[in-house]
Amino acid sequence: MSSASTTAHSVVEPSANSKRLAGFLVILYAVISMIPLAWIFATGWKTPPDSISYPPKVVFDPSLEGYCNLFTTRTRQTQDYIEAQGPPQGACDEVTRKREMVIAGPSNYVPRFINSLIIAFGSTFLAVALGVLSAYAFSRFKIPLADDLLFFILSTRMMPPIAVAIPIYLMYRELGLSDSALGMILLYTAVNVSLAVWLLKGFIDEIPREYEEAAMIDGYTRLHAFFKVVLPQAATGIAATAIFCLIFAWNEYAFAVLLTSGRAQTAPPFIPTIIGEGGMDWPAVGAGTTLFLIPIVVFTVLLRKHLLRGITFGAVRK
Amino acid sequence: MSDFNSIADRAAAATPPAIARKVRGLSDRAIAWLFIAPTIVLLLAINIFPLIWTVYLSFTNYASNRPNRPVVNVGLKWYQDILGSPEIWASMQATAHFVFWTILLQTVIGFGLAYLIDRKFRGHAFWTTVILIPMMLSPAVVGNFWKFLYQPQIGLFNYIVSFFTGIPPSSFEMLGSVTLAPWAIIIVDTWMWTPYVMLICLAGLRSIPDYIHEAAEVDRASRWRQFWSITLPMALPFIMLAVLFRGIENFKMFDMVMLLTGGGPGSTTELASIALKRQAFEAYRTGYSSAFAIILFVVVFGLANVYVKALNKVKQR
Amino acid sequence: MKKLLAGASALAAAIALTPISDAQADELTLCWAAWDPANALVELSKDFTAQTGTQMKFEFVPWPNFADRMLNELNSGGKLCDLLIGDSQWIGGSAENGYYVKLNDFFDKEGISMDDFAPATVYAYSTWPKGTPNYWALPAMGDANGWFYRKDWFENPDLMAEYKSKYGRDLAPPKTWAELKDTAEFFQGRQIDGKTVYGAAIFTERASEGITMGATSALYPYGFKYENTPGKYDMEGAVNSADAVAGLEMYKEIYKCCTPPGYTDSYMGEGLDAFKSGQVAMMMNWFAFMPGMAKDENVGSKTGFFVNPGAKIEASTLGGQGISVVANTDNMDGALAYIKWFAQPDVQKKWWSLGGYACHNAVLNDPGFKDSQPFAAQFLEAMNGVQDFWQEPAYAQLLQAMQKRLHDYVVADTGTAKEALDGLIQDWTAIFEEEGKL
Repeated sequence: MSSASTTAHSVVEPSANSKRLAGFLVILYAVISMIPLAWIFATGWKTPPDSISYPPKVVFDPSLEGYCNLFTTRTRQTQDYIEAQGPPQGACDEVTRKREMVIAGPSNYVPRFINSLIIAFGSTFLAVALGVLSAYAFSRFKIPLADDLLFFILSTRMMPPIAVAIPIYLMYRELGLSDSALGMILLYTAVNVSLAVWLLKGFIDEIPREYEEAAMIDGYTRLHAFFKVVLPQAATGIAATAIFCLIFAWNEYAFAVLLTSGRAQTAPPFIPTIIGEGGMDWPAVGAGTTLFLIPIVVFTVLLRKHLLRGITFGAVRK
Repeated sequence: MSDFNSIADRAAAATPPAIARKVRGLSDRAIAWLFIAPTIVLLLAINIFPLIWTVYLSFTNYASNRPNRPVVNVGLKWYQDILGSPEIWASMQATAHFVFWTILLQTVIGFGLAYLIDRKFRGHAFWTTVILIPMMLSPAVVGNFWKFLYQPQIGLFNYIVSFFTGIPPSSFEMLGSVTLAPWAIIIVDTWMWTPYVMLICLAGLRSIPDYIHEAAEVDRASRWRQFWSITLPMALPFIMLAVLFRGIENFKMFDMVMLLTGGGPGSTTELASIALKRQAFEAYRTGYSSAFAIILFVVVFGLANVYVKALNKVKQR
Repeated sequence: MKKLLAGASALAAAIALTPISDAQADELTLCWAAWDPANALVELSKDFTAQTGTQMKFEFVPWPNFADRMLNELNSGGKLCDLLIGDSQWIGGSAENGYYVKLNDFFDKEGISMDDFAPATVYAYSTWPKGTPNYWALPAMGDANGWFYRKDWFENPDLMAEYKSKYGRDLAPPKTWAELKDTAEFFQGRQIDGKTVYGAAIFTERASEGITMGATSALYPYGFKYENTPGKYDMEGAVNSADAVAGLEMYKEIYKCCTPPGYTDSYMGEGLDAFKSGQVAMMMNWFAFMPGMAKDENVGSKTGFFVNPGAKIEASTLGGQGISVVANTDNMDGALAYIKWFAQPDVQKKWWSLGGYACHNAVLNDPGFKDSQPFAAQFLEAMNGVQDFWQEPAYAQLLQAMQKRLHDYVVADTGTAKEALDGLIQDWTAIFEEEGKL
């Protein structure tokens, strides 16, 4: 694009040079900010000695060891014992035996990952379902003290999670909800529902009332009109809201580490505890982190248009 | 559901609309409450009831790992202890330092990036998406991994610094030194959350109508003057919004810093939430930590309210 | 949309109704820390499964999170663990709150006698109140803080000659903390095999118990005591005695002079990494890691072991754990059967051979024991002089105070040793007052 054409286009269109400079700086920032992530990804493909070599190795022979260690537990054994086991079965077995170890069984990564899926998706569904109902009511009906109620709903997000966890811990102990998926789903739903109400109210406010009124004149009930007319119109908003609830529930750490210990524990408290024979098993941590990030990165790319609305609690309108 | 629908359809066809609404039961009022009730019940059960319980506990000596000890009312003892405790004040100071610098850096860098991206260079949409990725990650996982990046000998961070400055990589310790550790956590938070501020600022810049700049251009106002008299004031409400959200989040900061430094060295990076966690879930001083939790809540709630008032004034201008 | 909603509700209902607890009668979950001995226990337990048909599940948590996670689990009334190999300091709280099953009747019925186990381990791992015949655990894993050193460097003729001319004595595993410091300084910054090496890896970890376990290894030999009169909580003059101050100053000096760079928040894992990668001449670490180290592919054959050096007295910091039955278990019979099986002399012998530190006299008094491993004699010596942290129900609070005071002084470099220990007395006094013990 030449500068002549830009001036013709608009007086405020930035000059080609300023664009080039802007592009250079932004790309520079993006590349620098990607270095830590690239390093996480690369570490997943290193061997444990390579991962802690000094100086750090930028070029290395890729190895499956990180991923193998992520999914298995291993014990160190004598050469005789290992030879008595017969030929190695599969790539991971081979990698493990090179370290004079045998695979003792699967690790806890898969169960923790499944817990993350159940709890994150379960709570997201509930939060959005409750949120869309409340948002509709706030949007369409005169509710006494509506502003106060809305603020009350929002203020629940200002509590530090540790502060919330103190009484929840005691309450769950009494109710037998400690370390249970149900308890975590309810808790995440409660935290997310405030976001869901605010976001969805914004989306529903933008759906013209005339649509429902027309449907109701045609003989639909209010309930019927809500399901048949409003919900389909709000589909985009519902999807965007769901993603934001999911991001919170997927990444949450403080509640998970305090209120679960094994059966309902999610991946974020688990990943920092992957250790090898000595300290952290960094390749396995890198592998576990990479796998855990993939879903969220995919969502970010798919949902980039709705991002702004979500992160500002709906305060920024289109 | 479909049965209900077809019956409703037939009934609707057979009755005039106004009557139909009555015949089929639910009034708008009933629906309104029916729709809101589940949310309110959930929030009462999981937010409000626990909050009231916390207030009650803050006046007792209850310890959640001592089910057999008699619970005694201690009055305002914990509140007095906390307000007179040098450790708590130190943790509040560490929190204030963290909040101040993260907000400052993120606002400056975030706004700068937004301003550059608003030049709409070729491929800006793609690079914007790339920049956004760090803020989508789990803070705990990020903290854990940055601990690795900050290792003085094997970590990438010191190595890169050394590459550009010539200082030997193992001569400084980002997480081990009392002077550097507070900055180590600020760097990670800034890396993670600058994109967030950038995004809100970008919305602010895009909200400025083109004709205002065009008018300024006609008046031959310099770029510099345009920036100070048009761009910045008009984007200000958005910047303030970003500051509000980041401020609340970082005042609550727990996961990333806990994993990165654990509050150390000594107590240099022991932010309020970390101090609270130690009291509540390691020492199990439930009464004491409840009082601390209430104080934190009042502080964040109070500051946020004052700030929102200021924000509204700016918006109205 | 309707279908979607209906489907999603069904999904949510299914999730909510999925039975969370999948414990079966013939299954036991054993909880412990994630470290070498735990892997050995997995191997050992295969025999139990073969004999009884009971499937064993394991939940191993890394040390820095272990106390946090497991105490939280006990306090929240969780049902994750049937058997718990919990740290010695937890026993007071777990006994008083009824988290552990009292084992006296069971021992009587099954003919398990605590006299068959080493007295120091029974005292430390099983009894509450301390020293009374009330047993809450079976000693499972004896342990103390000891030292690893690079035998090949210590036996290098050039280095030996240089050391002798510098200090007037032979280069050998140090017997006192003063010698330890000299030796660490001797190696600090030296080039060996083309690499810069460092003197010693010691514990400096902040979040859990690391720096306390490390610093007490210097404090105890110098004469630090928790109380002047046991049971009286009179700490003035014991905790902050001149001896204790000297011990703490020594620990800080070694931290300052002779640890590898970045060694500011390090515990067992970081120490093992530093030692295995050939960075340090000596490493403080638990005896529990010695069997694994002796088998290590890189440094196994080059590693020697020594008991914690003395000063005024010989003393070591106690580690180790007993195995307890969690009162909340759904499989009490299975859990007790496991303990009964584990207490058998033959099983205890195999436990030792796999890398666990058995506490049974049948193992320890065996004439061949001292020579069975390169660290066996040292283990017996160390266990004769072990001292432990408070085992009070308020142990977590007491530990937290000490972690903070020590890390502030040693790593963050604030105040003096005397101030740190004076402050510690203040903290501890407040805690005991709150407990109603002062």
